[in-house]
Amino acid sequence: MSETIKKFMYLNRRAPYGTIYAWESLEVVLIGAAFDQDVSLAFIGDGVYQLLEGQDTSESDMKNFSTTYKALGDYDVTKLYVEKESLEERGLTLDDLMPLTWEDEDDDWAEKDSIRLVSRAELADVLDDQDIIYSF
Amino acid sequence: MAIEANGKVFETDEEGYLVTLADWEPVVAEEMAKEDDLELTDEHWDIINFLREYYEEYQIAPAVRVLTKAVGKKLGKEKGNSKYLYGLFPYGPGKQACRFAGLPKPTGCI
Repeated sequence: MSETIKKFMYLNRRAPYGTIYAWESLEVVLIGAAFDQDVSLAFIGDGVYQLLEGQDTSESDMKNFSTTYKALGDYDVTKLYVEKESLEERGLTLDDLMPLTWEDEDDDWAEKDSIRLVSRAELADVLDDQDIIYSF
Repeated sequence: MAIEANGKVFETDEEGYLVTLADWEPVVAEEMAKEDDLELTDEHWDIINFLREYYEEYQIAPAVRVLTKAVGKKLGKEKGNSKYLYGLFPYGPGKQACRFAGLPKPTGCI
C-alpha cells in the first residue's frame, strides 16, 4: 500500500492517574501504531510524571500501566520527547524516569534510548514539524 | 459463557475471552482448543507461554505484528512469521492464542 506517511504527535500534558487521559493516549498510540505512520510522543507539564520510575497505584483503584510504556519500542514508537524545563520545574531529572529503549532489528537488536530530552524551544520546533497533533 | 474443567467453572465473555486473568490454568487453553478443534502441541505452548510472559511484563496483549517480531527474536527467525503463527492458530495468532492464554483481546485488534 502506498500512502503518504504523516507525522503524528501525541502530546501528553497530564499526570498519569486521577484522569483517564494518559491511559487513553497510550491506547490510541498503540492502536495507531499499526498504521505505519511516523509517530512521536511528547511529555510536558505534569505529563512528565507518566514516565516516572517506580509508580505504585496500590493505594488507588487505577491499574498501574507504567510498564506498558516499555512496550512502545516493540510497536516501533521510538521517539519520546521529554521537555527539560517541565522536569526541572518539578525537581526531576532524567534519572527519575524509567529507562525506555527500543531494539534496532537492523543493527543486531542493539538497544537504543527512546527518551529524548529537549528544551522548550527545541520541542516547539519538533511540534512545528508535525502534520497532526493530538493533545491529551 | 463459561468453561468447565477440573471441577471448576471459568467465566468467559461474549467473545470467549477469560473474564479474570488470574483464574487461568493450562486446562483452560486445552478446553478452548478442543472447542476450536485444535490439539495443542509444544509449539502452541511456546506461543501461549510467551504471550503470558509478555502480558505479565507489559500489561497488554501484543498486536500480531509485535508478537511476530518478538517470537522471531525469542524462538528463532523461522518462527517469527505470520505463516508459521497462522499455521498454529488458524483463527489468528493474536485473537486465538491470546484467548487460549487467558489474556484480553489484543490492543488494536478489531
